Amino acid sequence: MNFSYSDEERMMLQMTRDFAERTVKPRAKEVDREHKYPAETVKQMGELGLLGVTVAPEYDGAGMSNICYAIAIEEISRHCASTGIIMSVNNSLACEPIKLFGTEAQKKKYLADMASGRKLGCLGLTESNAGSDAANVQTTAVLDGDEWVINGRKIFITNGGEADYCVLIASTDKAKGHRGISAFIVDLDNPGFSIGTLEDKLGIRGSSTAELVFEDCRIPKDNLLGEQGKGFKIALITLDGGRIGVAAQALGIARAAIEDATAYAKERVQFGKPIAELQAIQWMIADLSTEYEAARLLVHRAAWLKDNKLPYSKEAAMGKLMASEVAMKAATKGIQILGGYGYTTDYPLERYFRDAKITEIYEGTSEVMRLVIAHNILR
Amino acid sequence: MSIVVFAEQREGALRKIATEVVSEGKRLAAAAGTTLKVLLAGSGVAGLADEIKTFGADEIAVVDNDALKDYSTETYAAVLAAYLQQENPELVLLGHSAIGKDLAPRVAARLDAGLVPDCVKIDYADGDFSFVHPVYAGKALATYKVKSAVKIATLRPNVFAAAEQAGAGAVSDFAADIPASRTTLKEMVVSGGDRPELTEADVICSGGRGLGKPEGFEIIEQLADALGAAVGSSRAAVDAGWREHQYQVGQTGKVVSPNLYVACGISGAIQHLAGMGSSKCIVAVNKDPEANIFNVADFGIEGDLYKVLPELITKLKEVTGN
Amino acid sequence: MNIVACIKQTFDTEAKIAVSGGQVSDQGVNLILNPYDEYAVEEAIRLKEKNGGEVVVVSVGTDKTQEALRYCLAMGADRAVLVQDPALGKADSASVSVTLGKLLADMEYDVILCGNQAVDDGASAVPSRLAEKLDLPQANVITALEIGDGSATVRREVDGGSEILDVQLPALFSAQKGLNEVRYPSLPGIMKAKRKELKVVGLGDLGLSADDVAPKTEIVNVELPPARQAGKVLKGEVADVVAELVTLLKNEAKVI
Ligand SMILES: Cc1cc2nc3c(=O)[nH]c(=O)nc-3n(C[C@H](O)[C@H](O)[C@H](O)COP(=O)(O)OP(=O)(O)OC[C@H]3O[C@@H](n4cnc5c(N)ncnc54)[C@H](O)[C@@H]3O)c2cc1C
Repeated sequence: MNFSYSDEERMMLQMTRDFAERTVKPRAKEVDREHKYPAETVKQMGELGLLGVTVAPEYDGAGMSNICYAIAIEEISRHCASTGIIMSVNNSLACEPIKLFGTEAQKKKYLADMASGRKLGCLGLTESNAGSDAANVQTTAVLDGDEWVINGRKIFITNGGEADYCVLIASTDKAKGHRGISAFIVDLDNPGFSIGTLEDKLGIRGSSTAELVFEDCRIPKDNLLGEQGKGFKIALITLDGGRIGVAAQALGIARAAIEDATAYAKERVQFGKPIAELQAIQWMIADLSTEYEAARLLVHRAAWLKDNKLPYSKEAAMGKLMASEVAMKAATKGIQILGGYGYTTDYPLERYFRDAKITEIYEGTSEVMRLVIAHNILR
Repeated sequence: MSIVVFAEQREGALRKIATEVVSEGKRLAAAAGTTLKVLLAGSGVAGLADEIKTFGADEIAVVDNDALKDYSTETYAAVLAAYLQQENPELVLLGHSAIGKDLAPRVAARLDAGLVPDCVKIDYADGDFSFVHPVYAGKALATYKVKSAVKIATLRPNVFAAAEQAGAGAVSDFAADIPASRTTLKEMVVSGGDRPELTEADVICSGGRGLGKPEGFEIIEQLADALGAAVGSSRAAVDAGWREHQYQVGQTGKVVSPNLYVACGISGAIQHLAGMGSSKCIVAVNKDPEANIFNVADFGIEGDLYKVLPELITKLKEVTGN
Repeated sequence: MNIVACIKQTFDTEAKIAVSGGQVSDQGVNLILNPYDEYAVEEAIRLKEKNGGEVVVVSVGTDKTQEALRYCLAMGADRAVLVQDPALGKADSASVSVTLGKLLADMEYDVILCGNQAVDDGASAVPSRLAEKLDLPQANVITALEIGDGSATVRREVDGGSEILDVQLPALFSAQKGLNEVRYPSLPGIMKAKRKELKVVGLGDLGLSADDVAPKTEIVNVELPPARQAGKVLKGEVADVVAELVTLLKNEAKVI
């Protein structure tokens, strides 16, 4: 067992930390307040290789480990969770399924475009009646000559407002239920595609959450991703990996809350001494720090298992479950430590609080995480 | 044995730093019981010998040559090295100015001499000199001994007092071979107008992120006018593009030690404090009562600088008559 | 065009300096590539990107310095050489310039770039000393560099302004903030750096003895400067506090 960073892990940690502090942090407040998509940051992340961390160099990726990926997402999310999820979705939900299931031609075009940041990707799975019950997708894809014709609506799609490509989950044979679901790569330039409602959200407000509308949208036959009928499996495997990204995002938010609250507690004087000297505050900081470290170990272990091609579905679910709950708790307690100031927009704690909540919901709710964990243990 | 000072001049005028270095050289020469020799190099500079004399020089060697009109490392290094080879002094002093910083190490390497840069204190005791040089941008003070026969040091501007004192002041010409320089000065771009040079200024008014906008420096300029001060900046204001880097005070900018440093809207990051912590008197204006700058300021005003400074400018004008 | 960039690993500028036993303690201090050297390395890489050739980064240091050199390789330098030797333990600017001078004597270069000062000893001495050892023209504290035919035009910061200089090549330049915008090493860059050459040599490999690099200066003591005390914070109506401040500056501090 080895808990120390390798040279490249250390270097990428330093690089992402510098980049996040100097570039992501100064923009974070505006990104949140103005619901502003951080286009410039995303472009820079592409140049730095942050949009295709685990993608091989021959497809314009960085060829790094999943541990590096988790570190990078955490560092970016430490300062801006909106930027963190934009990055996570492109890496985990758009690049990864093509990396795992795509043909050579699909990888050369779509994967390389997204890993390099030339194009942005998203995953279209959720529908109004298919949330936790993802197998209930109603969107259809019907083969017509050399083209698939897609009809249906996806909701809550991260990056949907800006994405160039979508990994789409649709039914090719309703009679077969989840065995009749297939995955596709859709170029969102196609006629027949349009963006519907853009959600107004509690947090991660710099990341778009869009409705994707497909009306007789035609895509080439070759854009089927993986085998026909294997789409649900592809979606589940994709989400397993995505959970490492979301968990790392949650770690970033938790660390932000803990670090900011700790710094504040050392400065804030009440009853003639810094509140950090009060045991009530010390215990909060001690508990949060311990839980953060525990969650981080879980997440990095899941990443390590994935790097070593070992089963990691249960561990990724555990990591996401714990990290997201720690993020929520750290943001709540963080505000408590700042008192009234924490409740105002003068400090970023309230933003961490609003951002933290989503990590308990997307890419599987905490309840679904428990289902996955229990299923893995009890089967 | 002797002490040699390189007297820096620019365009025929003696620099303030030169008077400080000559004065300190004289003090050390007296302590060590040796003579102070000053090398004056340039073009049309012979007349400056009289001024140097008033700061205690025993001997003044003058190299007046057209080839030395503009400073160039190679020509000046040749002249200084030749003079040192002739005099074989124990100690050589220069200012830690742009010229001194460039010239001293080049000559030190030629003579295989040890060099202590940017000294704030030099002592002579038990037949040897010791040199105090701030390291980590003033976060620590290191005391050096030099082991080579010729010891070279540069002195931080504005730290050593210029003191008029008697010296024999015998003037002689020094003839040196001046090589062709492989660098040519094309143009000198002067900046900052009439304001004193940051490292030489008695008073510095600095602005930081708290100004909120680039135009905020207008009020800092007005304050500087009222005080006859130089204008400095924190790194945050430079990084924001409000001010050029040459005005940055701090660990990765200029290290200054004026009599009065007025920090406006500057939080007081450790790197900034390192650059101005040796100022004699520090005044801070900041609306954040927790700002770190208040921990080092002699006087602080907690308030909005856009309200405080106009009032301060008016009051100062009454007092200084500027 | 072949370019050599000389770098030093230094304490992080955020570091709090602690002294024990007359020495600065490096306990728990984060080490970084000297900030001014970053500009030198960046400029070297840009010159290569424009004119072709090779960028070699060199340093005198310890085991830990490999990390800083790797960082330069990740930024885009082609190879690195580290001179490491117990006899360089107390190296001063004389020792370092003699060592680098010997190392570079056998290398081919058109331009040598250094940082204009290190943020630890703030000496600004190695660049000029090295230029002297290699008999090169020099321009220190540059904020612009343009390569011409057999010469370079640089802007050099001086007291009260800047000079525009023509410098014959080969030459040595020391970089100042403003020379360029330093890139981050990209992730693919970090991965490529793993396979780039980082050679470690000792003094013996350069044909130098401990005597050749004996330091000419010695630090006999290090102490912390006297801590500044927080002074008086004036509160109240603007007119009143300003009047009070001016009186204090005039009568108590006697600085106006
Ligand atoms: C900001 C945002 C971004 C998103 N990004 C994407 C995206 O990029 N791509 C995409 O496809 N989707 C995305 N989603 C959708 C997200 O993954 C779903 O919202 C999530 O999976 C939950 O589905 P639901 O909202 O329909 O809730 P429901 O499934 O209706 O759940 C409601 C509640 O019931 C609980 N519940 C449901 N089933 C069970 C069960 N079997 N056992 C116990 N409890 C249960 C849930 O835990 C929850 O508490 C995003 C959502 C949001 C809000």
